[in-house]
Amino acid sequence: MEKIGVIDYGMGNLHSLGKALERVAGNQRIVISYDPEELIACDRLVLPGVGGVKAAMNELRRLELNEMVIEAARKRPLLGICLGMQVLLERSEENGGVAALGLIPGEVIRFIDPPMDAVERLKVPHMGWNRVRQSRPHAVWAGVPDDSWFYFVHSYHANPVNPEHALGESDYTRTFASAVARDNIVGFQFHPEKSQSVGLRLLANFAAWDGDSR
Amino acid sequence: MLAKRVIPCLDINAGRVVKGVKFEDLRDAGDPVEVARRYDAQGADELVFLDITASSDDRPTLFKTVEAVASAIFIPLTVGGGVRTCADVRALLSAGADKVSINTSAVLRPDFVTEASDRYGVQCIVVAIDAKRVSKKGQPPRWEIFTHGGRKATGLDAIEWSVLMVQKGAGELLVTSMDRDGTKAGYDNELLRAIADSVPVPVIASGGVGTLEHLEQGLSQGGADAVLAASIFHSGQHSVGEAKQYLSRHGVTVRMPAPLAFTV
Repeated sequence: MEKIGVIDYGMGNLHSLGKALERVAGNQRIVISYDPEELIACDRLVLPGVGGVKAAMNELRRLELNEMVIEAARKRPLLGICLGMQVLLERSEENGGVAALGLIPGEVIRFIDPPMDAVERLKVPHMGWNRVRQSRPHAVWAGVPDDSWFYFVHSYHANPVNPEHALGESDYTRTFASAVARDNIVGFQFHPEKSQSVGLRLLANFAAWDGDSR
Repeated sequence: MLAKRVIPCLDINAGRVVKGVKFEDLRDAGDPVEVARRYDAQGADELVFLDITASSDDRPTLFKTVEAVASAIFIPLTVGGGVRTCADVRALLSAGADKVSINTSAVLRPDFVTEASDRYGVQCIVVAIDAKRVSKKGQPPRWEIFTHGGRKATGLDAIEWSVLMVQKGAGELLVTSMDRDGTKAGYDNELLRAIADSVPVPVIASGGVGTLEHLEQGLSQGGADAVLAASIFHSGQHSVGEAKQYLSRHGVTVRMPAPLAFTV
């Protein structure tokens, strides 16, 4: 039986993600764990996360999961969600600058706080439903209409160096990469597990993905 | 562009959705899972559960309800009512809530908001602001914070309190006008505007919706980021879909749910 491993490193609540994966995973088993050995034995891995990047990287290191993720990312389909997507990049400017996993070249940068006297103040965090434009075809987009709405909660966003690594784009104060991809790795800034049926479709596509990015 | 959110609010008592006026004359309005599914299918952007259970003995029932609903819908779920400690926050998040709403406990001890948001992230800490207008006609407007369902004055200025709550770590404010709640006369848009212009986090308008026009006014006049309503949806007066179509016709950006990409 194939297994989808959800990396539980204490950064946020995995309840809705676990339920959503159970709903879409067919006959695969969902393994929620912080044990590197148990996780590396899974066929696909999901790296979730909410909170600050410094605490996230510290926990990944403390639990000896950072090396496991990098190792797993060489051959298995890997999905990062929200903060779990941000740590896939090289560095984040949050918490005074933190080195991350470096699987996708580029930085994570902050939205610009609006001046209090601006005519239309776009608030930070970017919280709520926004559209995602599909930058290029990918297996995870199958059956997901272009420009679909997804649920976001974040103050920082990915800024990949290579435009090909931007899988989807959204507009909020600026155009930013709301989905990233490289080889067998994908990352969503938004929460597919809270984005109703289009979100479940994305997770179902990931659960069926062989990691081929072509 | 970020959509304005439409959020049905469900009062939960002993595992059932109830409706009543000002916590009195409670009538059964259905099974929480069925009601939540219905609003989800209509295109609700989030759901808010308000636990109005009088006795804390019934908390396990609430957790079971949250768990059942969280497993049935895949949109954010906020749960409020009687959240007093970090253990309460954790228990609700573990049961499947995405956010918790803190009210009286924040007034009693503002640092509780900081503790909860430090531990679980600002994205899941909503502070409920229950405000009543205390200025007389002709005076500059002033609102005060009330607790215990609007019965107990605190002397706190609502605008100053809102700013403080965000500094303490609130990721969102749920602003209810106690004057308007249950009146169907519309939100207190002056109150909403005063708070929305003073804080950098999203504001959810609450209290007083009687028509779809009121929703639009809360967004345009009140400057809110999201509109919460209960009775216009529970009574069947309007569906969430009708509300969104109305808002869309009036130039508001709202999320129109896609044709089902995955059957939930």
